[in-house]
Amino acid sequence: MSERAQLLLPIADDELVLGWRNSEWTGIAPFLEEDVAFSSIAQNEIGHARALYQLVAEELGTTADELAFDRKLEEYRCSAFVELRFVPDWAKTIARHYLYEQADEKRIRALMDSDDAEVAGLAAKIDREEAYHRMHSQMWFDRLKDEPRFVEAVEELQPLVNDRGEHTPEFAELWDEMTIVRRSVTGATW
Amino acid sequence: MVTVERVWEALAEIPDPEIPTISLVDLGVVRDVAVEDDRVRVEFTPTFLGCPALEVMRDQMAESIRALGGEPDVQVILDDSWSTDRITPEGREKLRRSGFAPPAPREAAPPQLVQLQSAAFKCPYCGSKDTSLENIFGPTPCRSIRYCASCRQPFEQFKTI
Repeated sequence: MSERAQLLLPIADDELVLGWRNSEWTGIAPFLEEDVAFSSIAQNEIGHARALYQLVAEELGTTADELAFDRKLEEYRCSAFVELRFVPDWAKTIARHYLYEQADEKRIRALMDSDDAEVAGLAAKIDREEAYHRMHSQMWFDRLKDEPRFVEAVEELQPLVNDRGEHTPEFAELWDEMTIVRRSVTGATW
Repeated sequence: MVTVERVWEALAEIPDPEIPTISLVDLGVVRDVAVEDDRVRVEFTPTFLGCPALEVMRDQMAESIRALGGEPDVQVILDDSWSTDRITPEGREKLRRSGFAPPAPREAAPPQLVQLQSAAFKCPYCGSKDTSLENIFGPTPCRSIRYCASCRQPFEQFKTI
């Protein structure tokens, strides 16, 4: 696998899976503004995943959709941190959102300095969009930073941010859910 | 005979699928048009990467190029070359008239929460700056929701990208 694929696939997989997790709040968030916010953030993250997969797909002779939905479970490189399913726990959801945005900012900024011009160019675009996710997570951090449930959730989740060991049982369920359409109708186009 | 000018004119007729008051050319998403014999190459820069209108825009551009007798080659450019600064002055005015506050100019660094929470944003209906942030996110990824205390009207503010 190319250097670019090694670098971008874990990021693309994180964005796809976290986008999926965020979208699980659509329709059931604690209030309307957050329903809109989490749906929008989910849409952006999946858009970033698609663009990152596209850069890798050209090199690997495949497509973004095939990378997103046709790989075997063990081929995904996402971290356990994004795999966990937190609905309906808002404290954990916000703790993950905050920790993810902090870690993602460092990772995207590093890509912006890449010698690979396509990677650097895409990272710069992603960073402009992520700025709004960071603001949203900062706003929630400021609001919850003294709440014991939130503080506990941050402490519990922090060590998992870059845990790319075994996939979690939650990911096996998610993989089944997100790949079932393409697995059941091989070769179908939409 | 397809010419660069005719292609630009045709693209200027295509409305934004989500905000039909402005065209794709007003929105600044067409970076370049090149014509070689019948082959028309268009460089298209998406607004937000997750924008669901992306495919619709691409297909509509291809369709109007075919209507001119050209063979479309629409390249989607995945870099930072689109910014809300590329929305034309006409596009900004059309947005404002439709109740969307046009975006603030892009700065070197992305905006911060304190800026969004400041009173620097004008209501598109009454022009007052007595407005506050209601939600960073709105009906599409490119817009935030603000409230004008002067005319008591919520409005959509274009995010700066």
